[in-house]
Amino acid sequence: MKITNQIIQKHGLKIDEYKNIIKLLKREPNLLELGIFSAMWNEHCSYKSSRIHLKNLPTKGKQVIQGPGENAGVIDIGDNDAIIFKIESHNHPSYIEPYQGAATGVGGILRDVFTMGARPIALLNSIHFGCPEHFKTKSLLNGVVSGIGGYGNCIGIPTVAGETKFNSTYNENILVNAMAVGHARKDKIFYSKAKGLNKSVVYVGSKTGRDGIHGASMASAEFDENSEEKKPTVQVGDPFTEKLLMEACLELMKDNSIISIQDMGAAGLTSSSVEMASKGELGIELYLDKVPCREENMTPYEMMLSESQERMLIILEDGKEKHAKEIFKKWDLDFVIIGKTTDTKKLILKYNDKIEGEIPLDLLASKAPIYDRKWLKKKLPKTKINFKSLKKIKIKDALIKILSSPNHSNKNWITDQYDQMVMCDTAQKSGADAALIRIHGKDKAIAVSVDSSSNYCKAHPLSGGKQIVCENWRNLISVGAKPIAITNCLNFGNPENQEVMGEFAECLIGIKESCEFLDYPVVSGNVSFYNGTNKKNISPTPVIGGIGLIKKLEKPMNHKLKDENNHILLIGKTFGHLEQSVFLEENYSIIDGKPPEINLINEKNNGESVLEIIKNNLAESVHDISTGGLLIALSEMTMGGSYGVKIKKPKKLTNLVEYFFGEDQSRYVLEIKKSNLENVEKILKDNNIYYENIGVTQKDYFEIEKEMKITIKELYNINNQWYNNY
Amino acid sequence: MNSSVIVFPGSNCDRDIAVALEKMQFKNQMVWHKETSLPKSDLIVIPGGFSYGDYLRSGAIAGKSLIIKEVIKAANDGCLVLGICNGFQILTETGLLKGALLRNKNLKFINKDTNIKVINNNTKFTNKYKKDQILKINIAHNEGNYFTNPDHLKELNDENLIAFKYCDDKGNLDEDANPNGSLKNISGIFNSKKNILGMMPHPERMIDNLISNTDGVNLFSSILN
Repeated sequence: MKITNQIIQKHGLKIDEYKNIIKLLKREPNLLELGIFSAMWNEHCSYKSSRIHLKNLPTKGKQVIQGPGENAGVIDIGDNDAIIFKIESHNHPSYIEPYQGAATGVGGILRDVFTMGARPIALLNSIHFGCPEHFKTKSLLNGVVSGIGGYGNCIGIPTVAGETKFNSTYNENILVNAMAVGHARKDKIFYSKAKGLNKSVVYVGSKTGRDGIHGASMASAEFDENSEEKKPTVQVGDPFTEKLLMEACLELMKDNSIISIQDMGAAGLTSSSVEMASKGELGIELYLDKVPCREENMTPYEMMLSESQERMLIILEDGKEKHAKEIFKKWDLDFVIIGKTTDTKKLILKYNDKIEGEIPLDLLASKAPIYDRKWLKKKLPKTKINFKSLKKIKIKDALIKILSSPNHSNKNWITDQYDQMVMCDTAQKSGADAALIRIHGKDKAIAVSVDSSSNYCKAHPLSGGKQIVCENWRNLISVGAKPIAITNCLNFGNPENQEVMGEFAECLIGIKESCEFLDYPVVSGNVSFYNGTNKKNISPTPVIGGIGLIKKLEKPMNHKLKDENNHILLIGKTFGHLEQSVFLEENYSIIDGKPPEINLINEKNNGESVLEIIKNNLAESVHDISTGGLLIALSEMTMGGSYGVKIKKPKKLTNLVEYFFGEDQSRYVLEIKKSNLENVEKILKDNNIYYENIGVTQKDYFEIEKEMKITIKELYNINNQWYNNY
Repeated sequence: MNSSVIVFPGSNCDRDIAVALEKMQFKNQMVWHKETSLPKSDLIVIPGGFSYGDYLRSGAIAGKSLIIKEVIKAANDGCLVLGICNGFQILTETGLLKGALLRNKNLKFINKDTNIKVINNNTKFTNKYKKDQILKINIAHNEGNYFTNPDHLKELNDENLIAFKYCDDKGNLDEDANPNGSLKNISGIFNSKKNILGMMPHPERMIDNLISNTDGVNLFSSILN
């Protein structure tokens, strides 16, 4: 078949890139080879637009065992225990086919984690939808939530935390980011790098079908009016098979049979074989007539580009084939030797002994294009909001408006659809600042949280990038965990647009600054570009997934008030920053101005002091102050429990709205027993922390002196209506 | 006491129940579904999960598996059999328990802590609980909506074969306290000889205060009693 310009474009390649392929290959590729180039050179697999920016991120630290570049990141939590984790996007497929898109997003990220030898112990997600009034939002929400639940519940891994947001920026391009966390023995971690010549390359798992062909290319292009036609490129998941595959792999990993292992994720058999061989600086030969196929007459092109789910490629030690095959037979899974490692440094594809394709591996990996795309710096917005012109609003009315809004309503409707308890180590479920998962059979636990703040990032990407790492860090601190490392999912628009590329570059600078200062390295992640439709790009949405450690879990810390007559301490300074606040967005539909500033010194100092207070068992409850400000944080501490608060009217700041709804950063609210107050104040004073004693807890009522009083039951009802009525 | 936990492909609460049994001092063995004989057991547990991926109908394929013939034989010989969640579904598919578990009324998966009331505490499984005691136990299922015919319902009532019913925190058995639409709020039943218990709530999730509560402990200590 003659390769025409049309065929090149259909493969998502630029004409210049095709010319480069001819130059490197010193001949024209055939269609199979073109397909393989397109799969490896697309944005999703090659990181061609992002690589030069990603390399600036801090990825090292004494807690890091494996940083970016493997299937997932690996961190050390002591006693030969390692945590393996990663977040990944499945945005495009989920918009086209929400249930399967979300489900396979969960399945894919789980494979990344158990491929490395970890038993998955927790799932998280960050899902972003268009505005609730948009005609697609309701069905997308339903589909995505049941897809996430459908996969995680069936495979039996608890879905313990997440975030769900609505914003019109995602009307035509939702975000579905799934994160998986696993636990492994530090001395039993498996990598993808191939080693040794003439080793058996084994295909295990499901059969290969025609689903998902060109999935990675689809995810590397913008949507247009014909997006619906891309349905056949969405993969179909089967959590039951994945459960079998996971158990079989973990069983085989108990001894030393495996040299290297890689899941077939994006770009399936192509990317897995290329990555294993090129990392090992070897060659690889595949006999495609051996590949187990679900459908008849599948061509080498289809086999190499299929993204059928629940498949793995394994390179085995000599003589281990029989033992390995028995394990996969026990679990009723296919096990076929489909190739071998060679010293050719080439990918050679044969079908019935005839060579169908032959490509030097470096052309697919190290020589893949890298772009230093032009980008524009974003200035700090200077618009001043004229507060005097705004209609006056009562504190109570503003609070009710926010608590009843889609973005701030209780999300039990979602989380009740996820099994959060299976595996019996969930010490704290979703709804808290971070979930807590006990390491099975041990005293220690990890804290996990995912966070994003697209409005801040849109207003000023550098500040937003910085802020979101801190927000995530704070969430882990609030449950008494020491933050260790993060994974990130970078959801952006079209990188060929200089403004978008600027948002990307500057968010990363912000992320880098915070991660460096807080010793909070990035150990894995994923970039999702081309989020947008018809030239309309989404707001920049980096999502941060953080892991923290609690060495001895005795009493899970959370934000629910525990008793009456306890003191309420506000840690950190309140300036009353209302620009880009939820208060303005929900009450006046104003999204303007600059995001709140982060002072990293205060951030670290405040956080470490709060952690010290928790570790000394001096706090009854702790909550970080996030979007919505102090009053939202306080109401979250009361809703669903028996205790409310009585807050003194602030003396210094005359503007109550700024005080109660300002979104100044690095702040926490602590509930402290009278008997502990002196000790807590000593820690705060010793560490030079600014704090205020703002009131006390009381039964049943949420009250600000001389301003408002409402029962916590009423607050709870206000907060629990939206989803049930949607 | 010797216990056996049957493991099907897709079982996912098998480890949880094994941990609970061992914590309660049972001598436990895991039994793979392709086995054709059972080890010596005083208690057989069919755990929760998605056996065979819930394909065809939840519990349907497991109900025809090799090992299940041995479970039926043992049950008929008086061995204690406990089916939790998917295990309950499998027991109804084998006919060891009557009735069926339909899709939840709201057509969604439900995971939450529910209150259940001990209806019959005079059995091998429940003797350590008080009658009408309210337990808080986690549920996690798509198909937990118990249904049976009027004759069997009469039998359940007349012969005191209802183990647990969903209730509110005061013990009221009203519709608001019924999470999945189960007939008469039923969340667990016995066979006529009361050596088989099927229940949708997960007692193995409630044995540790750090994680949840200890309301499930007495189910296991009743069996040991």
